[in-house]
Amino acid sequence: MVAVQLGRSEFHHEQVDAHRAGTVASVHSWELVTAVDGPGTRLTYFLSGCLLRCQYCHNPDTWKMRDGALTPIDDVLARIRRYRGVFTATGGGLTLSGGEPLMQPAFVARVFAECHELGVHTTLDTSGYLGTSASDELLDHTDLVLLDVKSGLPDTYREVTGRELAPTIAFGDRLCARGTNVWVRLVLVPGLTDAVENVDAVAEIVARWPNVSRVEVLPFHQMGEDKWDRLAIPYPLHGVQPPDAALQDRVREQFRARGLTTF
Amino acid sequence: MTLLEEPRRTTHLDTGWAGFVGGLWQHGVDVRDFIQRNYTPFTGDASFLAGATERTHALWTQLSAMFPRERELGVYDVDATTPASITAHAPGYIDRPNEIIVGLQTDAPLKRAIMPFGGWRMVATSLETYGYPVSPELETIFTKYRKTHNDGVFDVYPPAVKRARHSHLITGLPDAYGRGRIIGDYRRVALYGVTALIAAKKLERAALDQQASTEDVIRSREENAEQVRALNELIQMAAGYGFDIARPATSATEAVQWLYFAYLGAVKEQNGAAMSFGRNSAFLDVYLERDLQAGVLTESQAQELIDDLVIKLRIVRFLRTPEYDQLFSGDPTWVTESLGGIGLDGRTLVVKTAFRFLQTLYNLGPAPEPNLTVLWSDGLPGGFKRFCAQVSIDTSAIQYESDDLIREAWGDDAAIACCVSPMGVGKQMQFFGARVNVVKALLYAINGGRDELTGEQIAPVTAPLAGEVLDYDTVWIAYLASLEWLAETYVDALNCIHYMHDKYAYERLEMALHDGTILRTMACGIAGLSVAADSLAAIKYATVRPVRDDTGLVVDYTIEGDYPSFGNDDDRVDEIAVTIVETFMAMIRKHPTYRNAVHTQSVLTITSNVVYGKKTGNTPDGRRGGAPFAPGANPMNGRDTHGMLISALSVAKIPYSEAQDGISLTNTVVPTGLGHTPDEQVTNLVGLIDAYTLSHGYHLNINVLNRETLEDAMEHPENYPQLTIRVSGYAVNFVRLTREQQVDVISRTFHTSV
Repeated sequence: MVAVQLGRSEFHHEQVDAHRAGTVASVHSWELVTAVDGPGTRLTYFLSGCLLRCQYCHNPDTWKMRDGALTPIDDVLARIRRYRGVFTATGGGLTLSGGEPLMQPAFVARVFAECHELGVHTTLDTSGYLGTSASDELLDHTDLVLLDVKSGLPDTYREVTGRELAPTIAFGDRLCARGTNVWVRLVLVPGLTDAVENVDAVAEIVARWPNVSRVEVLPFHQMGEDKWDRLAIPYPLHGVQPPDAALQDRVREQFRARGLTTF
Repeated sequence: MTLLEEPRRTTHLDTGWAGFVGGLWQHGVDVRDFIQRNYTPFTGDASFLAGATERTHALWTQLSAMFPRERELGVYDVDATTPASITAHAPGYIDRPNEIIVGLQTDAPLKRAIMPFGGWRMVATSLETYGYPVSPELETIFTKYRKTHNDGVFDVYPPAVKRARHSHLITGLPDAYGRGRIIGDYRRVALYGVTALIAAKKLERAALDQQASTEDVIRSREENAEQVRALNELIQMAAGYGFDIARPATSATEAVQWLYFAYLGAVKEQNGAAMSFGRNSAFLDVYLERDLQAGVLTESQAQELIDDLVIKLRIVRFLRTPEYDQLFSGDPTWVTESLGGIGLDGRTLVVKTAFRFLQTLYNLGPAPEPNLTVLWSDGLPGGFKRFCAQVSIDTSAIQYESDDLIREAWGDDAAIACCVSPMGVGKQMQFFGARVNVVKALLYAINGGRDELTGEQIAPVTAPLAGEVLDYDTVWIAYLASLEWLAETYVDALNCIHYMHDKYAYERLEMALHDGTILRTMACGIAGLSVAADSLAAIKYATVRPVRDDTGLVVDYTIEGDYPSFGNDDDRVDEIAVTIVETFMAMIRKHPTYRNAVHTQSVLTITSNVVYGKKTGNTPDGRRGGAPFAPGANPMNGRDTHGMLISALSVAKIPYSEAQDGISLTNTVVPTGLGHTPDEQVTNLVGLIDAYTLSHGYHLNINVLNRETLEDAMEHPENYPQLTIRVSGYAVNFVRLTREQQVDVISRTFHTSV
């Protein structure tokens, strides 16, 4: 595997240039998974680097771009080619996730364009916060966006992520205008994102985007806590219970009431 | 085959054949030709299926009430004084007026028979274990007057075999129990009737009589005489139930009954490790379809026939020892039935009756037996693929094997024996060889042939590897020498075993339902592949330092740095695994086999991965001594970090041509890991199996289960009498596994997302 650690003294200018050009990316990990990151079986690359600091983040080890392994685009493309048969058999494709993949937009644009050359379905898993970094060309080669809206009330959004909600809504509007297929996601955390008004606000926003084909309410789980501990970052959600079935039903119903296909 | 060289009409009248398309099959024993000319491929979905009738439900309920006692005591009942044979026991019934298909191994359901020809000690130990008296008279007969297979083998084992066996380098050898993995072509009895089969055997005999009486020919003549004797006993046995199976079956009900009688004769007489059923769905479907078309059978009645047959197959029992149970846990019988597949002419072999067999898992609830095995190809009809996936999601009771690989190697009338062993039905049998521990062989290479746990010299003396750090090239060369000796010793052992098995515990009836001239395979096997590959990868890519005790024996290893592990689609280590398989196969092929059997091997452990692990010390991959190996060809638990399919793609790199007895992979997923809706789950599972088989994957066990379910079943077994899970190559009632094996199953990677 050709991968070197970033953030060392041998951080060369060529590497910075390659990064800007999108011929390398800082990669946290990859996996081939089914039914979680888009349709069918998907090769998902988790790219390193994110500006949000979500309280419930289950991958805090993807926050810093310099913690990732610098990976040439050719390695990624070779793997995509290798699993082309799998994508055909399962109706799957490539998903770029993170971290926040739009921290490395040139790489995303290049990989997606190559995928379309190969006839491989592409999915972008993003918070939308850096939506302005996505060029029209990048979005031309994006078949599906998993848009993690996180919250519908600006104050709650700020509390959850430390950043502003507005860019995400603007990105959603842009996708709507383009007609890009979108699955909206909301991580349901009791006491944080589950307020009726907050969920309603998300539902109201989403309801005005006819390009959204499904909403996924993802129940918060505690499986990320280990990673926070390992990184010695204080974990804000220690002891919080996953949402019970009744709460999940209530929230899903809030979306369904607006005619949205919700899981 | 003699019959085809001298085509002639079979001697009986063709009363059972009305409406069938004629052909070669009428001029000699050729069931495949009959199927090909007469079966109706089915490309629809499962909506035609019928549920269980009240009768079926009542019969199954009555039988189920007996299972708790059996689970508690280990056996329900034993006939401790009647050595089994085809005709030894009086007819037995579950509930005579309510049975459509009849016949039991002994005179009562769940009553086990003793089968002493394999070995007396196994019988005596079993009886003592379960508190039954050992008949002094039988003991005298089988220790003084009648030699057994087990006695014969130990008369001829060379010392090296005994050492390798004693140190658990080679284990599970069928030297004290029946070898099994022979599938009689039970369909022949239904299609031709036994009289015609005897006539065909006599023709074979006539040909043998033309040859000079050399040792081989004499043996074949004696076997032929035994086969004819067994066929006559089969007629007698069926007559006891009031049926004349000397003639062909004339209806669907008779076809099912005749077929079952033939199989019953085999399991009355032989306690084989695996007593598999064959590939019967397309054959039976011809009869069922004929009666359905004629309006003399309804779909509900057709289903009832299959349900009743399956009830019988679910209660096949053998008397076995606790040591045997450790190796093959959960009281398996491997009544494997192969479903689906595609014919050489491109038509699917999926028929409605393949659906009906799967439907029994709903009508009677999930069960491990019969071991329903789907021969999968991406070209199978969509409706069947989706139904299979649905059944997997609902019951976890079925397994998948690559129809493309099997058809290419063995034709389109091959069935699986046991877990993963394919063979042409009635044309081919195997000499089952259990397996060797390729991890221990590696440790012997490092320790100069001494056992890492006892220090005993087991393999020939070589120089123990010196130095503070293990060097890959040095280790590999030593490993080759160790494997060479192991291959030689192993084939030696198998030749001894199968010579004696043929001599003292010959499968008369099963072989009577084979052609006279058959292909034999010598089925070797390896266990611990992923541990061996990871250990070598650690030595190659990390720094591995041996830790020696004061006698110089390496008893542990320290590892610095990372190494690529098997199960991540990483060629650096996957190629090591492939090389081990190819290398050992090539070494096996160097050694002549008994009856010129074709050498094959499997990568399969059944449940012995736990026992193998227990008997193997610390390994260079960091695995602790005593910890279980991964089952079959599975990657080690938790080291496959890129998802279930990636893990499977590493396994799929093992070339089938070098492991023609099968490569086993078992995976467990949680239901929600397959998708949000039932429809999405089915679609995704179909896609996964397609992707795996298209990548040349050979075998896949799929469990769709929540971890919490298994944990709860450990604590409250009474609530889960039918909870079925797939382990390496077969299925078991989870609650019948030992606690140790339950823990092993639960600790194995659960793919929460796949």
